[in-house]
Amino acid sequence: MSTLLEISGLRVRYRSGRSEAEALRGIDLSLSASERVAVIGESGSGKSTLALAIAGLLPRDTLLEGDIRWPGLAHAPRNGKDIGFVFQDPGGTLDPVISVGRQVAEVAEVNLGFSRRRAMDLAAELFERVRLQGTLLHAYPHQLSGGQRQRVGIAAAIAAGPAVLVADEPTSALDTIVQAEIVSLIGRLVRESGMALLIVSHDIALAVAIADRIVVLKDGAVVEAGESAEIVARPRAAYTQKLLAACLTLDETADEGAL
Amino acid sequence: MIRIRTLILRRLVGAIPVLAIVSVGGFFLLEAAPGDAVDAYVAGIGGDAQMIDELRQAWGLDRSAAARLGFYLWSLAHLDLGQSVTFSRPVLDVVLERLPNTLLLMGSATALSFSVGSLLGLFAGSRPGNFRDRFLSIGSLALYAVPGFWLGLVLTVIFAVQLRWLPVSGIETIASGKQGVERGLDVARHLVLPVASLGFIYLALYLRVMRAGMAEAWRMDFVLAARARGVPRRRSAVRHVARNALLPLVTMLGLQSAAMLGGSVVIESLFSVPGLGRLAQEAVSARDTPLLLGIILTSAVMVILINLVVDCLYALLDPRVGASEASA
Amino acid sequence: MKTLSRLLRSPEAVAGFALLAGMAAMALLAPLLFPADPLAIAGPPLTPPFETWQHVFGTDRLGRDVLAGLFHGARTSLAVGLAAAAAAIVAGSLIGTAAGFAGGLADEALMRVTDAFQTVPAFLLALAFVSVAGPSLTTVVAAIALGAWTGPARIARAEILSLRERDFVAGARVVGMHPVEIALREVLPNALPPVLALSSVIVAGAVLIEASLSFLGLGDPNRVTWGGMIAEGRTVLRSAPFLSIIPGIALVLTVLGVYLAGEGVVEASAARRSFA
Repeated sequence: MSTLLEISGLRVRYRSGRSEAEALRGIDLSLSASERVAVIGESGSGKSTLALAIAGLLPRDTLLEGDIRWPGLAHAPRNGKDIGFVFQDPGGTLDPVISVGRQVAEVAEVNLGFSRRRAMDLAAELFERVRLQGTLLHAYPHQLSGGQRQRVGIAAAIAAGPAVLVADEPTSALDTIVQAEIVSLIGRLVRESGMALLIVSHDIALAVAIADRIVVLKDGAVVEAGESAEIVARPRAAYTQKLLAACLTLDETADEGAL
Repeated sequence: MIRIRTLILRRLVGAIPVLAIVSVGGFFLLEAAPGDAVDAYVAGIGGDAQMIDELRQAWGLDRSAAARLGFYLWSLAHLDLGQSVTFSRPVLDVVLERLPNTLLLMGSATALSFSVGSLLGLFAGSRPGNFRDRFLSIGSLALYAVPGFWLGLVLTVIFAVQLRWLPVSGIETIASGKQGVERGLDVARHLVLPVASLGFIYLALYLRVMRAGMAEAWRMDFVLAARARGVPRRRSAVRHVARNALLPLVTMLGLQSAAMLGGSVVIESLFSVPGLGRLAQEAVSARDTPLLLGIILTSAVMVILINLVVDCLYALLDPRVGASEASA
Repeated sequence: MKTLSRLLRSPEAVAGFALLAGMAAMALLAPLLFPADPLAIAGPPLTPPFETWQHVFGTDRLGRDVLAGLFHGARTSLAVGLAAAAAAIVAGSLIGTAAGFAGGLADEALMRVTDAFQTVPAFLLALAFVSVAGPSLTTVVAAIALGAWTGPARIARAEILSLRERDFVAGARVVGMHPVEIALREVLPNALPPVLALSSVIVAGAVLIEASLSFLGLGDPNRVTWGGMIAEGRTVLRSAPFLSIIPGIALVLTVLGVYLAGEGVVEASAARRSFA
C-alpha cells in the first residue's frame, strides 16, 4: 500500500505568556492509504495535539518542529478536501444560528465548487449515509441530540470526499449506547469509501474494534505501536498493560453489577 | 411562526403594567406642576371665574386625588391625553402631527449608525489586535465621548456656515413649492446634519459592540471547525463570526431606542426639526405640562413597540430563542 | 498594588486618569485662580482667543472671560456628574438588593417599576422633572439620577439572586442574623463590584445629560456650565464659533477621560481575577 502520510520527529510546544509546555516530544508515525490507525493514551498524553497538528489546526503561536509529509498527495493537504476532521464536542463545533443542512452543504460549496442547490442535494445524500432523517436538514444544532449532532459533524467531515478522516475522541462526549453507534458508523463509512482513518481515543476497546494498527502515546511520546491484535494479546510496554488492565477491570465490575 | 406570535402576545401583555406605572407616574407629575388642566385650558381661550368652576366640576378636578387619578386613567384609556396649553388643541393631535418627523430622523440615524457601525466593527474585528483594529477602537471611543449637540454645532460651522453645502436648520425649504422627488431630496439635504449628529454616537457604540462580539466569536469552536472543513478565513469572518456577533448588536438596537428618543430632543431643538423632541422642549419652555406628559407617554409606547419589533427580528436571526425563553 | 501597576501599564488608562486629574485640578483651583464671579463682565465683548494675556481664550458676547468659565464649569460638570452617579448607584443598589432579597410579589412589582423607568427616555424624564421642580443644582442631580438608577438596580438584583444561596449567606442565616442585616452586611458588599464596573458609564452619561439640560437652558441659572456656554456661543456661531467649540472640547475630554479610566480599571481588575 502507498504511504499517505509520514510524520517524523514531530515536536510541539505550546506557549502561554513566558512559559512553554511540551505536548509532543519526537513522534514518528506513518499512515497508508485506506489504513485505519488508532492513537490511544490518557488525557495529557498529547494525542489530541497530534490530531490537530496533522490537520494544521493548532493555535498560531504553537511551536512546531519535525516533518509532516504527505507523499500520497500531489499537493499540500487542504482542510475539508483532503483531510476530514471530526471533533470531540459536536455541539460547540456547529454554528448555532445556521441550519445543520446548510453547514454540511457549505463544505461542498467551498471545497468542490458546488452551487448552493447542488450542495444541498449532496447534504441530503450525506444525511442518508450517516442515517439522519432528511427532515433534520433544516434543523438547528440546539434541536438535535448529541448523537445526531455528531452524525452531522461526520457528514460535514466526509462531504468533500477526503483521503483521510481524522477523528479526535469522536465519542467521548456521548453516552455509551450512542458511542457504539457512532463507532460502527465511522467504521462503515471508512470501509465504503476507502478513506484512511486516524482515530484518537482514550478507549483501547474502541481502538481494537475499529483500527488495524494501534499507537500508544504517553507524555508526548510513542511507547508502543503495532497490529491491534498483537498489542492486545502481547502488550510489551508496562503502560499499555496498565491501560488494558483498566479496560478489563471495568468490564468485570460491569459483569458483577449485572449479576 | 408560532414562536413569533407567542412572543408578540407575551410582550404586549407585559407592556400593560409598565404603561400603567408610567401613566400613574405621569399623573403625579401633573399634580406636582403648578396649575391644573382647567388653568391650562383657560389660559389658551380665556374665561371667567364661573366658567372655571364649572369646568373644574365637569372635568372632575374638584374631587379627591384618588378620584382624579381614576378620571385621568379613564381618559387615557380612551386615548384622551388632555388639552395642550400652548396650542389650545388636544395633545394627541399635536403629538401625532410631529411624530413622523421624529420617526424619520430616528429611523435614518439608526440605519446610518447600525449599517456603518456594524461594517466598521466587522472590519476591525476580522483581525483582532492589528493596527486597523486598534485605530478603529480608539477612534470609536473618542467619538463615543462627543455629545451630539456639540457635534451638531461643529458640523454646522463646517458644512453650513463655512462650506455652505447644507442648510443650517429646518426640515425643508419653507414655501419652496417643491413636489415629489425634488421635495424628498430637499428634506434629505436638511436631514444630513441632524442625522449625523444624532447617529454618530450610536455608530461608535455599534462599532464597539460588533468588534467585541467578533473578538469573542473568533474563539468559538465552530470557527475552528469551519477552518477544519476548508472554509476560507474571509468567508468564515462574514458567515460565521459576524453572523453570530450581530446578535448582541440587535439587542442593543432595542435598548438604545429610549436613549435615542431622548437625544432627539436636543438635536431637534438645535436644528429646528419640527418633531416630538422639539415639541418637548417647547412644552418645557411654555410650562405646558399636559403636552409634556403626552409626549412622555407617546415615547413610552414607541419604545415598547420598537422593542417588540427588535425582539421579533432577534427571534428571526437566532433560532435558539424559543417561545418559552422569550420572556427572559 | 498589583492592580495599580497593571493600570499604569495601559497607555489608555494613564491618559484617562491624566485627563480626569486635569479636570479635577481645574475644578478645585477655579476659585483660587479666578476669584471673581465668572458670570460678571470681565472685559470687552467678543475678544478672540490668544489675543491678550488677560483673556487667553477670549470673551463672550457679554464680555465674560471664557477661561474662567471653563474652570468654573468644570466644577459644575464634575459635581453634578459625580453626585448624580453616586445617587443613582446607591439608590439603584438598595432597590435591587431589596427586590432580590424580598422575592415574590415585591420583587415583581419593583421590577415592573424598573421596566417603566427604562421605557421612558431618561432625558425626557430629566426634562420633565426639572421643568416641574425648577432648575437648581439639586434638582438637576435628582433629575439625572432618576433616569440612571435602573442599571445598577438590575445588576445588584441579579448578583443578589446568585449570591443568596451561597454558603456564607446560609451561614449567616443559621447564626440567626436578621435578613436586613444579612442583606446589608454580607450580600451587598459582594454584589457591589459588578455594579461599580458600570459606574464610569453612569458618570459619563450624567455629565452628558447635565450638559444637554444646560444647553437647553435648564441648568442652574446661577452657575457657569459648559452646556450653557455652548448654547450662549450658538447665538454668534457665524462670527465667533470658538465660543461654542472651546467648552465642547472640555466636555469631550472629560467624558473621554471617564471612559478611558473606567475601561482601564475594569480591565486591570479582570486581569487580576483571571490570574488569581
